[in-house]
Amino acid sequence: MDLEFTPAELAFREEVRAFFAENVPAEWLTRVRAGLRLEPQELIAYQKALAARGWGAPTWPVEYGGPGWSPAQNYIFESESARAGAPIQFHQGLELIGPIIFTYGSQELKDRYLPGIINADDWWCQGYSEPGAGSDLASLRTTAVRDGDHYVLNGQKMWTSYAQVASHMFVLARTSQEPKRQQGISLLLVDMTTPGIAIRKIETMDEKYTTNEVFLDDVRVPVGNLVGEEGRGWEYGKVLLDRERMVCSATAIHLPQVLDGVREAAAARKVRGVPLIETPAFAAQLAQLEIEAMALETMVLRLLADLASGADSGPRGSMVKLRWSDLYQRATALWIDAHGPEAAHFRALDGEGPADMPYAMQGALYSRVTSIYGGSSEIQHNIIARRALGL
Amino acid sequence: MNFEYSDEQRMLADSADRLGKDLWPSSDRLKLLENFDGLAAQTWAQMAELGWLMLPIAEDHGGLGGSPVDVMAVMEGMGRHLVAVPYVASAVLVPALLGNGGDTAAEVLGAIGEGSAKAAAGLLEPDGGYDLSWVGLSAQRSSGGEWTLSGEKLHVEDGGDADWFVVTARSGGGISDAEGVSLFLVRADAPGLSVRRFRAIDQHRHARLGFSGVTAILIGEADDALADVELAVDKAICAHLAEAVGSMDAALSGTLEYLRTRKQFGVAIGSFQSLQHRAVDMAIALEEARSLSYRATLSLGLPAPERRRVVSASKARVGQCGLYVGRQAVQLHGGVGFSDELIISHHLKRQMMLESAYGSAEHHLARFVAAA
Repeated sequence: MDLEFTPAELAFREEVRAFFAENVPAEWLTRVRAGLRLEPQELIAYQKALAARGWGAPTWPVEYGGPGWSPAQNYIFESESARAGAPIQFHQGLELIGPIIFTYGSQELKDRYLPGIINADDWWCQGYSEPGAGSDLASLRTTAVRDGDHYVLNGQKMWTSYAQVASHMFVLARTSQEPKRQQGISLLLVDMTTPGIAIRKIETMDEKYTTNEVFLDDVRVPVGNLVGEEGRGWEYGKVLLDRERMVCSATAIHLPQVLDGVREAAAARKVRGVPLIETPAFAAQLAQLEIEAMALETMVLRLLADLASGADSGPRGSMVKLRWSDLYQRATALWIDAHGPEAAHFRALDGEGPADMPYAMQGALYSRVTSIYGGSSEIQHNIIARRALGL
Repeated sequence: MNFEYSDEQRMLADSADRLGKDLWPSSDRLKLLENFDGLAAQTWAQMAELGWLMLPIAEDHGGLGGSPVDVMAVMEGMGRHLVAVPYVASAVLVPALLGNGGDTAAEVLGAIGEGSAKAAAGLLEPDGGYDLSWVGLSAQRSSGGEWTLSGEKLHVEDGGDADWFVVTARSGGGISDAEGVSLFLVRADAPGLSVRRFRAIDQHRHARLGFSGVTAILIGEADDALADVELAVDKAICAHLAEAVGSMDAALSGTLEYLRTRKQFGVAIGSFQSLQHRAVDMAIALEEARSLSYRATLSLGLPAPERRRVVSASKARVGQCGLYVGRQAVQLHGGVGFSDELIISHHLKRQMMLESAYGSAEHHLARFVAAA
């Protein structure tokens, strides 16, 4: 057992550090620390810089454009990214559909779509959830009916983040009615310029435009855009279960950014003349979060070490997601506390508002969805109980 | 970066598990505890035979020079089977304290290693909390160069059966100064030393010491012992973290087994979602604790500020996780969880004691903040 990096890994760290020093504008910092996504054009620019360096898809296999890094290198890349105040890469193409395309897609689909994901020429959004199908995704009702060389899509998708900027959407739709609800579902790749797609913004409590309803009205999708086989789309999600460990790990590695924000705010604010961070009650709350973050970071390190040795890490990705969302919520709540009465100054009515404040509050609001999306905390508990504990 | 035991460490862990299973079987625990002295003596003799008592002792002192990870491999098994012997105090903490000692210290280490003597460390005093620098036990040097100690030590972890005590005493400076703390070795039967012994709820045996002009042997340099004491205690803490993890692991396994087999309302109670989710939270707490146990143990060689930060963070969090798992294990077992016949309640009692040994979560949270 040891926690050391090899000389080669340390050299790699220098290389990564130098890249981030050059490619992360300072004006991203306040939003990144609050755990908020940057604007799409900023994320696209960042992704293009990574792609130019050959690091566009850190976790992909080399044959599809990945850098062929070890888990330790992935950890170093993410932790240096976090240290430098860089954002997490936008994941819908890279982590949600890319791996399904390279695992189950035809050669034609791989050639057409994988480079666009890495180079950020395409922006993908996810058409999974529906008004009546959230955690119970298998109850989805959108249909895809074969008509000659096309599938014709009809239905409504919900919580489709960034549909307003996406060039493409991956959609789960029912191609046949089967006794088992998970059967008869197919995965289709849809060009967002196809006639029949309408997008309606969903207002969210964080006052940030992220997500949408998407209405599909006789949307014609070429049959070549079916991923894998008809009726087996549900199964393809399984590849993501294994990969989500990487996604969860990356987000968890970025948690110290939020704590840096809390610390800075608490150091800057005085209460009765004393910096808030030096008051025992606040210091104890912050320390509690920091030690839990250290536990989470170590869980991630073990997860990555297991990946490297090919050991089955069980549902530890779910555990990481549970712990991360909890800590992110508590950290942003503490951050709000650190702002004291100024937390009420969310938006300036005249001119510029106090720096940082809107983002910390927006982060605190946004954090509420992190224990709901991507499998709610309750669903994660169910997964762990079933897969790890045999209950 | 690697979190695997070596083959030798895996054998050590297996053999610790086997010893616990053989000598401290959970099904007979209450009955076995009736003859605690015999059980403890038998355990100690086997540990000596297996070489574990000399495992952490440096090779220069006739020990095996085992690493903190070796100790961890032993301690998980001790925790899993709640083997209540003073291994950490006698075989881990005291050898770490006596590393710089002279001839007598070397003799004591030899006796500890072969199992003919036990030792414990008195480091805490009234009004000082868990602060190791709060030392009021007075050390006076006579013109002939002989040291005598007067005062008291509030709590000696696992000191109930010790033949020797290592204690901090103040040879200079004020009550909480880092400078002026010295380390001394005294025999348990030294004239002027009063030893009050106590049993705790987890069967561990502790002591409280009173000194009136007790002659003692100085270990290492006078006035300059605090840094070594802190490092030694951090090593003891890491051994306890591994024990806590072993105990949590056993408490969780026992609880899962119970959830699968216990029937109420015509079904296994593990089919109830509220109980499933509780069990998942226990599993996550164990995962956190295990991760931090590894991290802290692997950080013992770091420079003092970073070591303190990691060890205290781990001690605080593992304590919280251990109490959570212990309490929920009792809760999910219902009435039988409260009974003393089932080992589950014993795991909770050990977790309660481990949380406070060498500093509570609150103490270590404050130490973590101070180390930043």
